[in-house]
Amino acid sequence: MYPEYMRDSLKLVDETRQKRLELEKSGKPVFAPMTAEERDDVLNKFHPDYKKESRRVVHIGPNKGEEITTEVADILESHSRIRAELFNLDKPDYETDILIVGGGGAGCAAAIIAMQNGAKSIISTKLRMGDANSMMSQGGMQAAVPAKDSPTRHYLDAMGGGHFDNKPDLVRAMTEDGPEVVKWLEDLGVVWDKNPDHSMYVLHGGGTSRKRMHSCRDYTGAIIMRTLMDEVRNHPDEITVLEFMPTVELIMDKKGHCAGGVLYNMETEEYFMVRAKATIIATGGYGRLHIRGFDTTNHYGATGDGLIMAYRAGAKLMYMDSVQYHPTGASFPEQIAGFLITEKIRGAGGQPLNRHGELFVFPREPRDVESAAFIRECLERHNGIQTPSGRWGVWLDSPLIDIIQGAGYLYKNFPAMVRQFIRYQIDITKEPMLVYPSLHYQNGGVEINAKCESNIPGLYVAGEASGGVHGRNRLMGNSVLDYNVFGRRAGKYAAEYTKHVKLDKLSLKHITAYENELKKARIKTDRMAPVLLPSYTPEDVRKRQLTAHYEGTLR
Amino acid sequence: MMANKKAPAKKKAAPAKPRPVKTKPQEPPKEMVMVYIMGKAHRVPADATIMGAIEYAGYQIKRGAGCREGFCGACATVYRLPGDYKIYTGLACTTLVQEGMWLSQLPVIPAQKPVYDIKKLEPNVAAFQVLYPEIFRCVACNTCTKACPQSLEVMDYIQAAIRGDIEKVMDLSFDCLSCGLCAIRCPAEIVHYNVGILGRRLYGRYLAPKSPELEARLKEIQQKKYDKEYKELMSAKRDVLKKRYYARDTE
Ligand SMILES: Cc1cc2nc3c(=O)[nH]c(=O)nc-3n(C[C@H](O)[C@H](O)[C@H](O)COP(=O)(O)OP(=O)(O)OC[C@H]3O[C@@H](n4cnc5c(N)ncnc54)[C@H](O)[C@@H]3O)c2cc1C
Ligand code: SF4
Ligand code: SF4
Ligand code: FES
Repeated sequence: MYPEYMRDSLKLVDETRQKRLELEKSGKPVFAPMTAEERDDVLNKFHPDYKKESRRVVHIGPNKGEEITTEVADILESHSRIRAELFNLDKPDYETDILIVGGGGAGCAAAIIAMQNGAKSIISTKLRMGDANSMMSQGGMQAAVPAKDSPTRHYLDAMGGGHFDNKPDLVRAMTEDGPEVVKWLEDLGVVWDKNPDHSMYVLHGGGTSRKRMHSCRDYTGAIIMRTLMDEVRNHPDEITVLEFMPTVELIMDKKGHCAGGVLYNMETEEYFMVRAKATIIATGGYGRLHIRGFDTTNHYGATGDGLIMAYRAGAKLMYMDSVQYHPTGASFPEQIAGFLITEKIRGAGGQPLNRHGELFVFPREPRDVESAAFIRECLERHNGIQTPSGRWGVWLDSPLIDIIQGAGYLYKNFPAMVRQFIRYQIDITKEPMLVYPSLHYQNGGVEINAKCESNIPGLYVAGEASGGVHGRNRLMGNSVLDYNVFGRRAGKYAAEYTKHVKLDKLSLKHITAYENELKKARIKTDRMAPVLLPSYTPEDVRKRQLTAHYEGTLR
Repeated sequence: MMANKKAPAKKKAAPAKPRPVKTKPQEPPKEMVMVYIMGKAHRVPADATIMGAIEYAGYQIKRGAGCREGFCGACATVYRLPGDYKIYTGLACTTLVQEGMWLSQLPVIPAQKPVYDIKKLEPNVAAFQVLYPEIFRCVACNTCTKACPQSLEVMDYIQAAIRGDIEKVMDLSFDCLSCGLCAIRCPAEIVHYNVGILGRRLYGRYLAPKSPELEARLKEIQQKKYDKEYKELMSAKRDVLKKRYYARDTE
């Protein structure tokens, strides 16, 4: 329920609705889209990435001297969780063909395809399998299936969305494999939304020139992820899943191949060594680093672990200077602050409004521009609404959608969203939602090629942990596609690689070498990474934990 | 709730920045309630979710939290309220605490998941008979439905499976989170959510109408229809590409 003091503003939203409905029906944009100059201006002044403190130079490792996101530079300049000399490298605890780090969408897709190509794998994952960003996508997956669309058009849309910084071979791989992924998933049992004539039901997303957003109601990610997990579990002899056993460092061999990883049992606090002919990093993104203090849409384990593990081993990162904030994170009620309100709400006609009930931005600007415009409306123009705990927000007029699309549309197409709010006595078919940008996606990552190879032989990377395919701005629907396309590719090419690679003796020298680099660069810190989990322990509790020992964020 | 506002306590080099979302902190005095987490009393903010309350009390959750937004089912919780004999069920990430709540998380529910080859199954009742024979023990008590935090018609989808109505199993179980709260309450010891997954996979693979457009597109790609255009686009200079991008029409 909204507090009493918001009632006046809510009334204004009601009052202006009819006028805005007519605007929507006129077929013209409901608000003038920004010109290139206006976009630059609002980005420069209000997008968190453009603030000076948002980036800093990283002083060690393969990207030394580059300006990257401050919080990422922090985890790169941090200590390892392990001491190399404690491990007996002649006695690994597990041996397998492929170690897959991360049991989200990319990891599970990789395991299934690797198996079909004759390779056994171990999935090391931090929480349970499927406790991942992949479980959470609601909007959908892009793929150029309809006749009026084409994979090359999808290519052009993705390049433009990424400001033309995307790696062409990756974008080709992603867009050309798209339709095949739709089919592959359907054959595995994913239930896609369809039209009465049996064609795929598709919608627009920000930056698409054709409707190509495929969905499974608003549980797209959950349906795909649970199908992939179920399939993984159908092959216990080929795929071993180790839950609550994150990987904390990579293992190399003497010739510089990646040769597996060190796993940490978070409950018994034991370490295990896995020797693998190839390793696939599929650890997803970094929302739980709460960059610039923002709330996040990401799952509990999204702490950018893959980045630091690969970096210590010598892998290059790409586009680590850009962060995606989703314009519509929930701002009220407090309990769901930061939660994602899917872009499809605006796609279906939902309008962002200020506290006077007025439009102030075209609803479907690119994500970075839309987010910056929301921040400007609140912080500069003071036209936002403040919540009892001091958060800012603008209205997102959802009731309008039922008027435009017909009564019942929200219930049918956004059940997860309706449910999310009704728990707090807010009926989004009758009242708008209060939204503010939320930390959403890691645009960059470990640089890969179209075979998912990094610059380290035997180290493959897929999904949100990788960098290059989206340039500096990902379009909605391209990351669900990304983790499927590149998860599959990583599985295939890693499996092929395992057929001929001969590993030498194992080594953890890179860990010691990295520690020395830290010392040489005079970096004094008690930071420790991979971060593994964020800590939400309140200050006063910490003060009473007199004998507790923290390693990084973990007690 | 406090929890999701805090950054992980790890930064040193970067000085703490003012939070962009909280420009004018004006937090009202917090109303508190008493809850019993695994039997132990803790005072927590009255507007906290169960997950927030557990963290507020000082626990570092390792099991029992995944998405934190109501999608993954990692946070199944059972609780009782004072003066009430009923057992309540909910998701820790989306359920609010109440005065006197006595709660415990069930982060893992032991469940069987038979191994099968989706390619060899047939989309009819036989699949359920072979893999989940226990569903035929359902006594139609509706306890599963009452336990479901997603308000799904759980008993109805089990009944649909018994009848071999796969489309109905798919439809009614679509929003299931596999939280397991139904399974832990069921007197017939059924693992509902796995039955739901089987129903959906059978539907998606065998019963969903196939898209002719998809088949046509796959053939085109196989025949390398887009090769030439891809090569052109991939070798185009940035400004040429830019021009083509801004000149493209939109559906
Ligand atoms: C709320 C939300 C909505 C979204 N909606 C959409 C959408 O509509 N369309 C779209 O295209 N994209 C969407 N996205 C983005 C998309 O879902 C993700 O980018 C994508 O799923 C990432 O897949 P992944 O497999 O790379 O990573 P994940 O699915 O996050 O999987 C990574 C896994 O690795 C585990 N892990 C992390 N560190 C370690 C470690 N050290 N050792 C072992 N395991 C580890 C994690 O716990 C996790 O299980 C959304 C994202 C969110 C958060
Ligand atoms: S709880 Fe079990 S026995 Fe009761 S209706 Fe549900 S499935 Fe049937
Ligand atoms: S059907 Fe069962 S497992 Fe699925 S959401 Fe409901 S209670 Fe949880
Ligand atoms: S943590 Fe995922 S449903 Fe609660």
